Amino acid sequence: MRLPRATFPLAPPTWPAGVPRPAPERRVGLDYDHDWSRRYPARLVRAAVLDNVTRPLAQLVTPTTVRGREHLRHIEPPMIFVANHTSHIDTPLFLTTLPVDLRHRTVVAAASDYFFDRTWKSVLWSLSLAAIPIERNRLNRRSADVATGLVEDGWNLVIFPEGGRSPDGWLQEFRGGAAYLARRTGRPVVPVHIDGTRDALAKDPETADRPPGGSGTEGRHTARLRRAPATVTFGPALEPQEGEDARRLAARIERAVSVLGAEARSDWWTARRLQAEGTLPDPRGPAASPWRRAWALGPRREPGQVERRARGAAEPRTERSRWPDLRPRGRGGSRRQRGQRAVTG
Amino acid sequence: MSPRPGFVLDVDGSTPPLLMWNGEGYQLDRLPEGSRVLYPPEPLAALDDPVAAIRRALREPLGESRPLGELLRPGMRLTICFDDISLPLPPMRAPDARQLVIEEVLEMAAAAGVDDVVLVAALALHRRMTESELRHALGDRVYEAFAPHGLLTQHDAEDPDNLIDLGVTEHGEEVEINKRAATSDLLVYVNINLVAMDGGHKSVATGLASYRSLRHHHNPQTMRHSRSFMDQPSSELHSSNWRMGRLIAASGVKVFQIETTLNTDAFPEQFRFLQRREWEWSWRDRAAFAASSAAMSGAPPRIVRQILHAIRAPQAMTSVQAGEVEAVHEVTTRNVWAQQGVEIEGQADILSLALPYICPYNVNSIMNPILVACLGLGYFFNLYRGRPLVREGGVVILRHPTRWEFHPAHHPSYIDFFDQVLAATTDPVEMHKKYEEGYATDPWYVHLYRTGHAYHGVHPFYMWYWCAHALEHVGRVVIVGGDPAAVRRMGFSPASTLQDALEMASDVVGPSPTLTHVHVPPLLMADVR
Repeated sequence: MRLPRATFPLAPPTWPAGVPRPAPERRVGLDYDHDWSRRYPARLVRAAVLDNVTRPLAQLVTPTTVRGREHLRHIEPPMIFVANHTSHIDTPLFLTTLPVDLRHRTVVAAASDYFFDRTWKSVLWSLSLAAIPIERNRLNRRSADVATGLVEDGWNLVIFPEGGRSPDGWLQEFRGGAAYLARRTGRPVVPVHIDGTRDALAKDPETADRPPGGSGTEGRHTARLRRAPATVTFGPALEPQEGEDARRLAARIERAVSVLGAEARSDWWTARRLQAEGTLPDPRGPAASPWRRAWALGPRREPGQVERRARGAAEPRTERSRWPDLRPRGRGGSRRQRGQRAVTG
Repeated sequence: MSPRPGFVLDVDGSTPPLLMWNGEGYQLDRLPEGSRVLYPPEPLAALDDPVAAIRRALREPLGESRPLGELLRPGMRLTICFDDISLPLPPMRAPDARQLVIEEVLEMAAAAGVDDVVLVAALALHRRMTESELRHALGDRVYEAFAPHGLLTQHDAEDPDNLIDLGVTEHGEEVEINKRAATSDLLVYVNINLVAMDGGHKSVATGLASYRSLRHHHNPQTMRHSRSFMDQPSSELHSSNWRMGRLIAASGVKVFQIETTLNTDAFPEQFRFLQRREWEWSWRDRAAFAASSAAMSGAPPRIVRQILHAIRAPQAMTSVQAGEVEAVHEVTTRNVWAQQGVEIEGQADILSLALPYICPYNVNSIMNPILVACLGLGYFFNLYRGRPLVREGGVVILRHPTRWEFHPAHHPSYIDFFDQVLAATTDPVEMHKKYEEGYATDPWYVHLYRTGHAYHGVHPFYMWYWCAHALEHVGRVVIVGGDPAAVRRMGFSPASTLQDALEMASDVVGPSPTLTHVHVPPLLMADVR
């Protein structure tokens, strides 16, 4: 027996052919109202999930070494965390490495066009990561106002100033948003370097920028979640200086993150010496063809292989570069240092 | 997002069934393909701060009028008149626009030291308002400051001691209005303008007039020559009121007119589907419709009526202007059209109107068959500018249960009018000549009007006269779902369904007629090209 078909008003109404359909009103993207995600019920849920689900999972997938967390002890919140970005794992991993008092009082600036383009995604990321939508392709007053308001309300803010995940693992140019907010709010910027997460989950080649052409087989690659060690390195806070404009501050932040990258791949002392000598590896990678840039990153690390070589120490075999030296010969840089440059980033 | 304008829907196979009011209930029904449906504009944005707007209007009057503050002085006689229960529809959520305006006027009067202040409800021949109705319109503060001292009065059109003859217009129209208002140093009139016909000189010339004065424009000739009431240059009713208003002004009555317009936000949130376009109904709207229509169809009519009349509209003020009557009304009329105007090309063979539970004369009361006719043929038919929506000789299809039911306290003369006058004739001119004066001067009706809450004895005649233009214009009136006996008494044809009504209509207008349906309320005014 067939049930009779429901009609209006039990079923939704039909739309008259002569009436143009308006674009559906969607409160997503920059228009998404995320205030609810900072109210206590949502915070409670988020804290429970972060501490009991995300944290163990993050440790399982990316056994993480955290360095420099002691810097955070001397900074009065709120603060602005600025980190490099190579993987979707970065955000949850980073949040789980924060001290508890900061972890549950931190919001994450997320691309409105990617994380907030659907209602379910907006709800998911707002709830689970305290994400707020920002316009990443251009300066948007509304985004800036929302982020400023939150910082002024005492929320720490995480920004990935590259505007998206690195397509090839090398650092991209930092945009000025974080520096602008730091100047506007007067709050310190904490540089952070996240290393190794790309080995666990890289950006899908489908969505990575590729030069035109190719064999046509690139689309077969899809990002896979694999276990890989990671290192999160916190640097000392950077305060906006008198007369320093956003562009200069952004450059300073980028340099600080680059030093932390070198530190993650070596040690604190080595990174400082390289910085003092002006021989820090170029964090943007070699100006070479894509495969050479990928090659210069070195082999993927495996779990347990967390320790890095120190400058002067015997170089672990697994981290030997397969590309000897792409950087133009720099001032005072030894061949050994240059070799190291090829595996940092 | 700015409110969307009204529009004309061409009904096709994909058009869902449309909401049709049916008195104290509503239902979904389909219209034939090819029909046109007029949808009203969405409610305009309300004034952010109505009190500030009122103060500004009083401070910066329009036309040749000084600010209200300069017109007030100690020792003067001030009379504040206000529109009665017939406006707005449904009654608006507190605070009423009248309350907001009158409180501001009284603040200024108090500051100026005016002691002699009287409030008058401009009833004309309508029923007296109850205490709760007055409290709702004016607010408790105003009511309690004036009513206990006898300073809150209701115009009595049959009180010879409180009427004054101001003379005769060039057309021989006698002008007799409320004496207290006419002999005051200043008459402040507080109006709510629901449709373009309201306000202007009509406020004083009709609202504060006696039967002797009203009969000059409330008659079949004037109504037939008002095409329509809403189109001022084409309205004889308007012209007559304007002649009287100018005579009142020339007699030395100083009127400071305050007019307000409201948006068409007629129903509260739980009934929001009533003013949404059906194809945009959400699941919530559909659920509210299904639940409320099922509840209403199962409940006793008395209970349903009480529920519906308890609705308070979230209507909000969209403009307020004050000063000299004609200058003020010009702006008001523009604002009313901005809210309600919808353009449509051409007339139809059939005009379909689904009538709701309320009209200006049955607030907190029963919509009797005469009021059904008046709402359909007097008000809704006349919501046009240019030409009627239906061609001459066309058919009007109304939808209403049209029960043979009257409110004995509010509409006593209606009962006799329905039994005696309509049984003898439905011709407005004939009943005007033969019966009107007898009803207008009947001492019992006069007594009920003056001491109870009854409409004046002549009021049912006026309701029928409102229909005079439509009755002359159309070839047939069919009422879908109406009580056959009551419908036939009025000279109309009863039909069980819309399909039946369309078949009956085709006898008059021929096969394959064109049909226009007006989706009201909220109200709209058709600009027929």
